[in-house]
Amino acid sequence: MFTAIFGSFEAGIIYAIMALGVYLSFRILDFPDLTVDGSFVTGAAVTAVMIANGANPFLATILALFAGFAAGCMTGLLHTFGKINNLLSGILMMIALYSINLRIMGRSNIPLLNTDTAFTKIRSVFEETGIDSFFNGFLSMVGLSDSLPETWGILIVMIIVTLMIKFITDWFLQTEIGLAIRATGDNKRMIRSLSANTNILVVLGLGLSNALVAFSGALIAQQGGFADVGMGIGMIVIGLASVIIGEALFGTKTIARTTLAVIGGSIIYRIVVTLALRVEFLDPGDMKLITAIIVIIALTTPKIIEGSKERRRKTQKRMNMIQATAQTKGENHAALKSNS
Amino acid sequence: MLHLNQIHKIFNEGTPDEKIAIDQVNLTLKPGDFVTVIGSNGAGKSTLMNIISGVLVPDVGEVQIAGKDVTSMSEFKRSKMIGRVFQDPMAGTAPSMTIEENLAMAYARNKTRTLRRGVTKKRKEYFREVLETLHLGLENRLNAKVGLLSGGERQALSLLMATFTEPSILLLDEHTAALDPSRAELITNLTKEIVAKYQLTTLMVTHNMQQAIDLGNRLIMMDKGQIILEVNEEQKKQLSIEGLLAEFKRIRGTQMASDRAILA
Repeated sequence: MFTAIFGSFEAGIIYAIMALGVYLSFRILDFPDLTVDGSFVTGAAVTAVMIANGANPFLATILALFAGFAAGCMTGLLHTFGKINNLLSGILMMIALYSINLRIMGRSNIPLLNTDTAFTKIRSVFEETGIDSFFNGFLSMVGLSDSLPETWGILIVMIIVTLMIKFITDWFLQTEIGLAIRATGDNKRMIRSLSANTNILVVLGLGLSNALVAFSGALIAQQGGFADVGMGIGMIVIGLASVIIGEALFGTKTIARTTLAVIGGSIIYRIVVTLALRVEFLDPGDMKLITAIIVIIALTTPKIIEGSKERRRKTQKRMNMIQATAQTKGENHAALKSNS
Repeated sequence: MLHLNQIHKIFNEGTPDEKIAIDQVNLTLKPGDFVTVIGSNGAGKSTLMNIISGVLVPDVGEVQIAGKDVTSMSEFKRSKMIGRVFQDPMAGTAPSMTIEENLAMAYARNKTRTLRRGVTKKRKEYFREVLETLHLGLENRLNAKVGLLSGGERQALSLLMATFTEPSILLLDEHTAALDPSRAELITNLTKEIVAKYQLTTLMVTHNMQQAIDLGNRLIMMDKGQIILEVNEEQKKQLSIEGLLAEFKRIRGTQMASDRAILA
């Protein structure tokens, strides 16, 4: 059980980077960008090919950022200069990327099992410095010695990396360019009248969004030990699930709060899926269905809860008023009696 | 400051819906001129505004701002020189962003946007100062989301955002039409104050004849895409609603079409 939760926490924090990308397009730019399904794989493909050919894994991971940025920019160009509807330009780019990803990889699957990835390097550092045994010793003390994780390195490094990306995103959205990007998603006409080129801003915003998605894909490939051309299917829904769950549970008061909520949403989504898959009659093929159901629940329950709260409040108010009138009536009655 | 030369614009050219929106319009605004524009619906007032701001490109003719030919310059580039307030109070501000963030975006209008922080301490002080001139207490609500403000407050903020960078041209497109009478009066007074303070060259479209007469130093009347009447500074001082309506009847031979224009 602990191992399963630990694993989903680890995956959740890596997928959170993808979710932050989806947050940028879906919420900030108000652009439902389906490129994500393709650009996630593009990141994985670029990194896997480079690592398989002996390149430095850290360099390969960074390059995935640029590949994703290019893919996102293409979607933006299709929408702004090509004047293609936003959903359609994302879908077109997603389909195009499927072939491009196959070209990059040369085949449909690249295993990374016996190669040096960013995570195997981190892991060896953590083993050598004894940080792993320190944490594991702590776990053994609380009686979890039979479910020790292989390494703490991935989790700790990824928490740091994801938080760094969160803070950079928060900062960026407060800069002059960032404000203009937010306004592009909020009120295009207004920000154009304030001399901002909304076309460039949409292209830039989608580029950054898909850069994060591809980065996340590159890391997932290294964590899972393979890149596969089909690994991105349904990724946009997982991203949306994380954004929506996070916002519903942790609130959206400020940008900083919302980005943190999105990370939380991604982790919770992973944990829920892991728990769901432990149910006897469900198997891994049901995962997409589970995802869809989670999103539906996350979208509908807040409204249902809100509605029932409102009803309860109104009933309470009505009861109070009835009681109050009954009381005054009773008093009048008593007064009449004493008079007679 | 603003010069329109032989502007001509046709919508849906070559179809049965063809409509001449602007017909050979010439107009020159000197620096500091405040021109009010009246005319019934479909007279071409808004089209004229859109041609000046670059939303529409004229079929024929030339637009010059501050001596520069901007006829084919894109809308966002031209916006560096033009401040605009729309009729819809929701149109001029970003609702999910705070007052200070909205002001920061307007502040960056005539500068290049960079990766500097949009709202700095120094700017905050400045924003507070300019907000005080609205007398609405907004200076104490810098962190409030603009979507929470009332229509009048949002329109006042839009007006401030359009003007405090001192643009070459200020375009007001029926900016008080969607407000209740008391709010409309407030915005009208603020407009008067702000235009005088910055000496802005202003073009204001309105349906309200009294407002058109009270504000500004010149008045033009449009009908069917043409400027049919120009009232200069001297004549405008003696102008009344009755006088304007009589003038319209004299030129066109019919009553002014819009009841709204008369009653407003």
